[in-house]
Amino acid sequence: MLAKRIIPCLDIKNGQTVKGVKFVEIKEVGDPVELGALYAEQGADELVFLDITASHEGRKTFVDLVKRIARNINIPFTVGGGISELSDADALLNAGADKISVNSSAVRNPQLINDLAQNFGRQFVVAAIDAKHQQGDDWTVTVNGGRIPTEKKLFSWASECEERGAGEILFTSMDHDGVKQGFANEALAKLSDELNIPIIASGGAGAMEHFKDVFTIGKADAGLAASIFHFKEIPIPELKAYLNKEGIPIRL
Amino acid sequence: MIEKMGDSSDTQKIVIIKYNAGNIRSVTNALARLGYEAEITGDPDKIKEADKVIFPGVGEASTTMAYLRATGLDEVITKLKQPVLGICLGMQLMCSYSEEGGVDCLGIFDEQVKKFQLPEPNDRNVKIPHMGWNKIANVKMPLFDGSLEGEYVYFVHSFYVAMGEDTAATTKYIHPYSSALQKDNFYATQFHPEKSGSVGERILANFLKL
Repeated sequence: MLAKRIIPCLDIKNGQTVKGVKFVEIKEVGDPVELGALYAEQGADELVFLDITASHEGRKTFVDLVKRIARNINIPFTVGGGISELSDADALLNAGADKISVNSSAVRNPQLINDLAQNFGRQFVVAAIDAKHQQGDDWTVTVNGGRIPTEKKLFSWASECEERGAGEILFTSMDHDGVKQGFANEALAKLSDELNIPIIASGGAGAMEHFKDVFTIGKADAGLAASIFHFKEIPIPELKAYLNKEGIPIRL
Repeated sequence: MIEKMGDSSDTQKIVIIKYNAGNIRSVTNALARLGYEAEITGDPDKIKEADKVIFPGVGEASTTMAYLRATGLDEVITKLKQPVLGICLGMQLMCSYSEEGGVDCLGIFDEQVKKFQLPEPNDRNVKIPHMGWNKIANVKMPLFDGSLEGEYVYFVHSFYVAMGEDTAATTKYIHPYSSALQKDNFYATQFHPEKSGSVGERILANFLKL
């Protein structure tokens, strides 16, 4: 049986790991390669590295970092942040990334998803969507780390991403992110019901039960979190043992 | 942090076949972690002379087969006598036929490659591609040792190899299928050992010991 995936996410600025609380106040938590390798050893199923550096210099540093990650880490990893052209993705593929995630750039230029899928295959393309809840089923897609609302709605945009060639959806609820009260399970379950590609849930993990809920109620294929792992609030081996005991298919 | 499993006195020549397919670097990186150097090449002479040949790949079957035929690599691969390891698309191309683009493949294995179908139309509980960690069972020596039975490995694929005489490991997704094949000197895995953590490294090490 296909296992549910646990994915630590590392935000990178100038080659270092950071974690923003609600995407503001930023605090450094260590060397990305060392931290990534540690998570892999502890049983992380995949890793996500998001570059939040804006400058051109920073981009080059990130590509070099991806090369180091690829040499040292023996599980799949996704990289994202600032990918707006095929050449950006190509540089990351050549550096050894298994997948890339696109977010704001795909909202601004949806054709980017088609182009990436055609050139590198669907399995290489993760569509990351940040959305803010309005009411009922109404979620507004936001860009630039949740700061700017767009015209797009979560469910229609996610379906469009799938049609255009995304291999996975990484959905972050801006209402749940950093709050540690659980994932946006209702919206996640609806995404899972409407789409045929895997859904990665992000935003809201604060306790081990939240992962159980996101895999059962939220029907997610993977659960992503950052600070609870970085600050050792929930060790990955303990989380996986708990999920296994709760009957969730998990790789031990 | 990661122990080298390779013998430092081991000077075997390992070649990774270069063709029009993506992410070959991850295989080179995995071999380096095991203490082995490998050359990425499309040169038929270098491929023929190698002690071990790895045929990896992510891509589309029919366009890749057309490329292999145009470059003559198809004949080079099928005639190899040393241990050959196909990975993912590499494994599928070593089969007799693929539904991906409806193409005759290298025919090293008699099995056929088929597309995963949802158990019910509009079944949203099953996702295609089969992406993530799943178990291997019924594993066969020498690529697998008994300790690998039931271990998790990493898969990404929408097409699968049906069960057959050459099946060397099985995995269940929608239904059981061949997650590894072996016939004579040809070995193949549908999953990515280079991305399957320490379990994958053990499988690669078994291949390199052949």
